[in-house]
Amino acid sequence: MSTIAEIENEIVEDFELFDDWEGKYDYLIGLGKDLPLIDEKYKTDEYLVRGCQSRVWLHASHEGNRIFYTADSDAIITKGLVALMVKVLNGQKAENIAKAELGFIDKIGLKEHLSPNRSNGLASMIKQMKLYAIAMGKE
Amino acid sequence: MVTTGEIEKTAYTSINWDKIRDDFPILKREVNGKPLVYLDNAASSQKPQEVIDAIDHYYAYYNANVHRGVHTLSQEGTNAFEASRNTVKDFINAGKIEEVIFTKGTTGSINLLAYSWGRKFIQAGDEILISAMEHHSNIVPWQILCEEKKAALKVIPINEKGELIWEEFIKLLTDKTKLLSVVHISNALGTINPVEEMIAEAHKKKVVVHIDGAQAAPHVKIDVQKLDCDFYSFSGHKMCAPTGIGILYGKEKWLNEMPPFEGGGEMIKTVSFTKTTYNELPFKFEAGTPNIEGSIVLADAIRYLNKIGLENIARRENELLEKATQALSQIEGIRFIGTAEKKSSVISFLVGNIHPYDMGMILDKMGIAVRTGNHCTQPLMDIFGVPGTVRASFSFYNNENDIERLVEGVKKAVKMLG
Repeated sequence: MSTIAEIENEIVEDFELFDDWEGKYDYLIGLGKDLPLIDEKYKTDEYLVRGCQSRVWLHASHEGNRIFYTADSDAIITKGLVALMVKVLNGQKAENIAKAELGFIDKIGLKEHLSPNRSNGLASMIKQMKLYAIAMGKE
Repeated sequence: MVTTGEIEKTAYTSINWDKIRDDFPILKREVNGKPLVYLDNAASSQKPQEVIDAIDHYYAYYNANVHRGVHTLSQEGTNAFEASRNTVKDFINAGKIEEVIFTKGTTGSINLLAYSWGRKFIQAGDEILISAMEHHSNIVPWQILCEEKKAALKVIPINEKGELIWEEFIKLLTDKTKLLSVVHISNALGTINPVEEMIAEAHKKKVVVHIDGAQAAPHVKIDVQKLDCDFYSFSGHKMCAPTGIGILYGKEKWLNEMPPFEGGGEMIKTVSFTKTTYNELPFKFEAGTPNIEGSIVLADAIRYLNKIGLENIARRENELLEKATQALSQIEGIRFIGTAEKKSSVISFLVGNIHPYDMGMILDKMGIAVRTGNHCTQPLMDIFGVPGTVRASFSFYNNENDIERLVEGVKKAVKMLG
């Protein structure tokens, strides 16, 4: 399978097709809509990544040291961002997830979503994905 | 100096609102390549050039610590500081200058009140009455106090329009009620509460009343003597002044009975290691070097608002509220959260099942600043069963073009997100 860096590059290339914010956001919204749904039983407080305004539920499982994620959000733009993160990290090795720098977020012009003020929980979500990887990688 | 009496006479029709808009340099900037449409005035107002210049002038000309030095700068600073207190006194028609305490803002004022008045006068078994539409700032300090004192926090319910239910309010005013602390204008709904009538009712039962005026001070004329409230709080930054400055108005008899909140310089008369005596009002409550710049410039902001006239401001904002409500009503699937008969220029809404966060993000891309989320009123959002709302709040420097841009923006967001 592709490495994290390779998938990041593919996403950067996809986003290069758009020359304005509208195209970019339409694409992001589309990704959100296409994100496979998380099993309803995981949409509980236990799996909630707390953001101030939009909520994100994240579930992780592992096969050996490869980590698999499913996620959802009540806000569609956040869900698009979630879909991007799942696309990049899903099925990767725990140690690679833990050290991933995820520079693509900046490259595709969505770094604003990482600012603490955006309150969409993206930064918390990345942290949580890494924590799952670290915990499950040790099992 | 122009007095309030004179300026209120400025005829509404003679005001050039376009020219007033030009007083605010920030409104000329672009956001995401589009001219800024600023509709987050309930969170914080923009500042006119006069206020920005006054900040510059303070630091460039007479910056020094107040109430201490015998040198000229300190004297001039102290004079301006105390003159500002007098301007605030006139602005809210307080009876005495001693009744005007400088704080960090409304939150600071309420915390001062809860710690000082609350700890002295609230006992186990007492009740503090607030409403369902309070900002977290007018909930949490009382909760902390109630927990400590084993007192109870009671909440006046609201109807589906977002208005307080009068009969329930009357029922909740009991022999146990010691304090009514209620918001004048709701930040999330725009509801203007009948505070004068509520204060009169509360006083019949000897209940002390504090009014949270954070949203009211910039939009309606406040007269604390006519209201007869015991305490009134508001913030400078929502009324064209800098951040970090606010006011606690309190009746002198209460302020005299209250112990100091913070200890330190300025609030003392004499200090020894065995005994400290406290300064007189208002200094008893102003420990440490105050926000001198903010305090002084607050008066410049008040002079600016007075020049336009609070009645004219209220009328203009009401006009914008009506036009915007009308225009937004045309959008399919829109629902307004808060439809009180008496409303200020705050419009909280949702469209279909679009998440407010998504709406806010798309509007921002179009250069339109609105607030999204729970507006620091989580219990209120729970009552309406929504995760939050999109809130457009208008100030007198907004215009019809801002309304058009908002409606266009919302339509586009609906198209993208729906």
